[in-house]
Amino acid sequence: MSALISQLINLFASVILLLAFAMLSQRRIINLIHLYTWQGLAVVGSTTVVAYVTHQPHLYYSAALTLLLKVLLIPYFLHRLINRLNVRWDIETLFNIPTLMIIGIILVIFAFNVALPISRFSDTIAHGTLGIALACILLSFLMMITRAKAVPQVIGFLSMENALFLAATSATYGMPMVVELGIALDVLVGILISGVFMFQIREQFDSLDIRHLEKLKED
Amino acid sequence: MNPLYFVFGIPLLGGLVLALVGHRNYARDINVAFSAASFLAACVLTAQVIADGPLFALGKQFFIDPLNVFLVTLTAFVGMTTAIFSRPYMRVEQDHGKMTPGRMRLYHSMYQFFAFTMLVALTTNNMGTLWVTMEAATLTTVLLVSVYRTPASLEAAWKYFILCGVGIAQALFGTILLYMAADRVIPDGVDALLWTNLDAVKAHLNPTIISLAFVFLLLGYGTKVGLVPVHNWLPDAHAEGPTPISAVLSGLLLNVALYAVLRCKILTDGALHSHFAGDLMIGFGLLSVSAASLFLFRQKDVKRMFAYSSIEHMGLMTFAFGLGGPIANFAGLLHMTLHSLIKSAIFFSVGHATQKAGTQLMEDIRGLLKVSPTVGWGLMLGSLAILGMPPFGVFASEFLILTTAMRDLPWATPLLLLALGISFGAIFSRVQPMVFGETSVKPLAHPPALVPVFVHLGLGLMLGFYIPPYLNGWYQQAARLIGGQ
Amino acid sequence: MSISGFFSQLLAIVMALVLAPLLMGWVNQWRAWLQNKSGPGVLQPYRMLHKLFHKESVLAEDASSLFRMAPYMVFGCMVLACAIIPTLSTDLPLSPAADAIALVGLFAVARVFISLAAMDIGTAFGSMGARREMLIGFLAEPALLSVFFTTSLISHSTALTSMVEYLAHKEFAIYPSLAFAGLAFSMVSFAENARVPVDNPATHLELTMIHEALILEYSGRHLALIEWAAALKLFAYSCIGLALFFPWGIAEAEAPLALILAIPALVFKLAIGGFLLALIETLSAKMRIFRVPEFLATAFLLAVIGMLVHFLLGA
Repeated sequence: MSALISQLINLFASVILLLAFAMLSQRRIINLIHLYTWQGLAVVGSTTVVAYVTHQPHLYYSAALTLLLKVLLIPYFLHRLINRLNVRWDIETLFNIPTLMIIGIILVIFAFNVALPISRFSDTIAHGTLGIALACILLSFLMMITRAKAVPQVIGFLSMENALFLAATSATYGMPMVVELGIALDVLVGILISGVFMFQIREQFDSLDIRHLEKLKED
Repeated sequence: MNPLYFVFGIPLLGGLVLALVGHRNYARDINVAFSAASFLAACVLTAQVIADGPLFALGKQFFIDPLNVFLVTLTAFVGMTTAIFSRPYMRVEQDHGKMTPGRMRLYHSMYQFFAFTMLVALTTNNMGTLWVTMEAATLTTVLLVSVYRTPASLEAAWKYFILCGVGIAQALFGTILLYMAADRVIPDGVDALLWTNLDAVKAHLNPTIISLAFVFLLLGYGTKVGLVPVHNWLPDAHAEGPTPISAVLSGLLLNVALYAVLRCKILTDGALHSHFAGDLMIGFGLLSVSAASLFLFRQKDVKRMFAYSSIEHMGLMTFAFGLGGPIANFAGLLHMTLHSLIKSAIFFSVGHATQKAGTQLMEDIRGLLKVSPTVGWGLMLGSLAILGMPPFGVFASEFLILTTAMRDLPWATPLLLLALGISFGAIFSRVQPMVFGETSVKPLAHPPALVPVFVHLGLGLMLGFYIPPYLNGWYQQAARLIGGQ
Repeated sequence: MSISGFFSQLLAIVMALVLAPLLMGWVNQWRAWLQNKSGPGVLQPYRMLHKLFHKESVLAEDASSLFRMAPYMVFGCMVLACAIIPTLSTDLPLSPAADAIALVGLFAVARVFISLAAMDIGTAFGSMGARREMLIGFLAEPALLSVFFTTSLISHSTALTSMVEYLAHKEFAIYPSLAFAGLAFSMVSFAENARVPVDNPATHLELTMIHEALILEYSGRHLALIEWAAALKLFAYSCIGLALFFPWGIAEAEAPLALILAIPALVFKLAIGGFLLALIETLSAKMRIFRVPEFLATAFLLAVIGMLVHFLLGA
C-alpha cells in the first residue's frame, strides 16, 4: 500500500515536471494560465496524498490553502488581468523550441544529480521528488529568461513558487505553518503588484513587451 | 512590556495610519513622528540590552543578540533621519508635479511598512520568517521605485521585482534544505527553523545538505546584497527611485540582506568544520569589489555611480566576513555601520543637488558650493568619507580589512588595493567638478536643511576616533559569534 | 524450437498479415463515421489489395532494379518486424533474431529503401517526399530508441519478449516513467505511420504529403505490397504499444490455451486503439511541416524525461 502511495506521489511530481516543460514551450498566454492551474492542482494532489499518509493535519491545511490560492484565486486573477489588458489571445514568438527543450533536459539532468546525494538523507515518503522540484525551479527560471512578455514572466515566477512548495513537501513535509502563511501572503501581494505593474507598463509603452525595458544599460 | 514589540509595532501602525491619511500635508510630519518613535523604542531596547543582556520575545520567535542589536538601532536611526530628509525633499517633488497626493500616500505608507519588514527581519529568530520579511521588503519598495512612472523607472522596478523575486526564490530553496537538515536533528519539527535552536545543534547538521543549502542561500540573499554577478537590479533601482528610497535601500536593505547571509554562514561553519562558506563569500566579495570599481568609471548618472559604490562596499564586507576571525569580522561590522551612515548621507546630499540641478547627469551638475555650500560640502565630505580618507571611520575599517587580508590571503590584497584606488579615482574625479566647478545658476535663496547629512557624517567621523565601549563590546561578541577561522 | 513455439510464431505472422488491412479499414471507417460520412466499410483495404494485385505494374523508363526491389524489401522488413513483436504470445522462436534496438533498425532499413526508390525515378515529388521522410525518421528514431531504453531499464532486458513478460508479470505499480514513455511512443507512432498531426494519409496535396509522395510512381502489385507494408507497420506499432503499455492477455510460453484467448484480447485492444487513433486524427489538425521537428522533439523530450525520472525515482 505504502509503495503504491509513494508511486502516486512520484506520479504527481512527474506530472508537475511535465507541466513545467509544457509551460516552457507554450506560446499562447491563455494556455499558459491553464497549464499553471493544472500544475497547482497537481501540487494540491501530491500534498494531499502526503498528508493522508503522514497524518499531518497542517499539510491538509496547506493543501487547502494551495487549492484556494493557486488553483482558484491566482488563475482567476490572471484571467481577469489578461482580459482587462486585452492580451487573452496573445501569441509569443519563441526562439527555437527544440533547442529550449534540449537545454531543459540538461537542466533536469543537472538538478537530478545535485539532488541525488541530498535526497538520500531525507526519510520522508516523497524524498525522491526533491530532484524533480529542483528541476522545476530551474525550468521555470529558464522560462522566465526566455520570455519577452510580462504575463509569461510572472507565470514563470509563479510556477517557480509551485516547485518550491513541492520541494518543501518532499523534503520536510512542508514548512512550519507560520512560514507557509507568510509565503502565501508574499505570493499574493507579489501577484497583485505585478498586475499593477502591467497596467503601468502598458500605459507607458502601449505594449507588454519587456524588450521595451532594456534601455537601462551600462554604456 | 518588552520594547521590542514597540520597535516594529510602531512602523506597522504607522504604515496602516499613513495608508489612510498619507496624502495629507501633515502626513510628512506623521511619517517623521512614527520613525522617531520607532527609533526611541530602539534606544530603549538598546538601553535594556546594555543593562540586561540578550533577550527573547514572543516565545523565542524574536530575539536580540550582539549581532543584531546595533543593526536594529542603526536601522531605526537611519529610518528616522531619512524620514526627516524626505520631508522637505518630497514636498519639492510634489511641487514639481512628480508626486501626486495618491502617490504620496503610497510612498508614506510603504516607507513605514518597509521599516517594519526590515526590523522584523533583523529581530526574528525564525529563518522562515526572515525569508518572508526579506521578500516583503522587496514588495514594499518595488512600487516606490516606479513611483514616478517614467519608462526608466518602470524598467528599473520591473527588474527589481523579477530579479529579486528569482533570487529570493533560491533563498527559499536554501531555507527548505536547512529545515530538512534541521528536521533530522531537532525532533520537534515546529521549532526547527529557530536560529537559536539551529545554532545549538549546528555541529550535528548534515554537512552535504547544509553546504548545498548555503550555496542557495548565498545566491538568494546575495542577490539582495547586490553581489556581482547577481547585482543587476541594484544600480537601476537606486538610480530611478526617489532619493530617500535610494538612501534606505543602500543604507539599510543591503545590510539586512548581508545580515541574513551572516546568520546562514554561522550555521554552515558550525556544520562543515571547513572554510567552504568563507571561501565562497571571499570569491563573491572580491568579484563584487573589482567589478564594481570598473563599472564606477563608466557612470554618467550620479545616483547610479553611488549605487555601484554600494556594490563595492557590500563586496568588501562580504570579503571581510568571508575571511573570518575576530579582526576581519570586527572590521566588517564596523564597515557595515559606517557604510549605512555615510552612504545615506551621500544620497541625501545627492538628492538635494539633483533636485536643484533638475538632472541626475553629472556633467550637468556644477558648482554646488556656489549654489548651496551645505549641499556641496555634504557631498564632498561624504565622498571623501566613503572613499576611506583618514579621519573618517571607513579608513579604520578598510585598514583593518586590508591588513587581515595581507596576513591571511596575501594575493587578494593588491587586487583590493587596486580596486579601491580605481574607485577613488572614479568617484573623486566626478565629485570634484560637481562641487567646485563653475556654474551660472544663481545661489539658492535659503539653504536646505541638511542636519541629517552632517549628523551622519559626524557619527562617521566619531567612529574613526572613538567607538563607545558597549558598541565595541557588541562588535567583539558578534565577531566571535560569526567566527569562521 | 518447440512445436508450440513454432505454432505461435506462425500464428503471429498469419494474424499480422490478415489483421493489418482490417485494422487500417477499421480506422478509416471510424474516421468516416466521425466525420459524418458513411465510409467504405472495414473490408475496403482487402478489396483494394485484391484489385491492385490483379493490375499490371507500370514502371517508369528510368526505373532501376532498386525501384522494383524496394517494395519486396519493405514488405519483408515489416513482416519480420511483426514476427518478432509479441502480439499474441511471448514464446516466439524468431525473437532472438532482433531485440528492440534492432527493431528500430529494421524500420530504418525499410525507410531507407523506400526513400531511395522514390529518388530513383528522379521526379520532384519523389525527392521531396524522400527528404521529408528522412527528416521525420531522423527525428523520430532517437525518440523511439529512448522509449525502448526506458522500458528496457525497467525490465532489465532489450529483448521485446522479455520486456513484455516482465511488464505483464510485475505487481501493479504506478510507473511515471512508463507513462512518459507511452506518451512519447504514441507521438512517434503518429509521425512514423504518417497519421494526421504529421501527415495526412488521405491527401495528395503536393505541399503537404509525405508518405503519398514517396509512392506516387508505384502501381499494380508493387503498390499493393507497399500499401500492405504500410498497414503492417501500423499494426506493428499498435502491437508494440499494446504489448509494452497494456500487456494483459498476451500468452506465455507453453500455454496453448492462452494463445487461443490471446486472439480475442488482441482484437479487442486493437479495436479500441484504432477507434482512439481515428478520434485523435479527427480532432486534430495537420500541422505545418516546419512544426514537425517541434512535435518530435517533444516526443524525444518525453522519452528522455521518462528515462531520467526512472533513474531518479527508481520507478
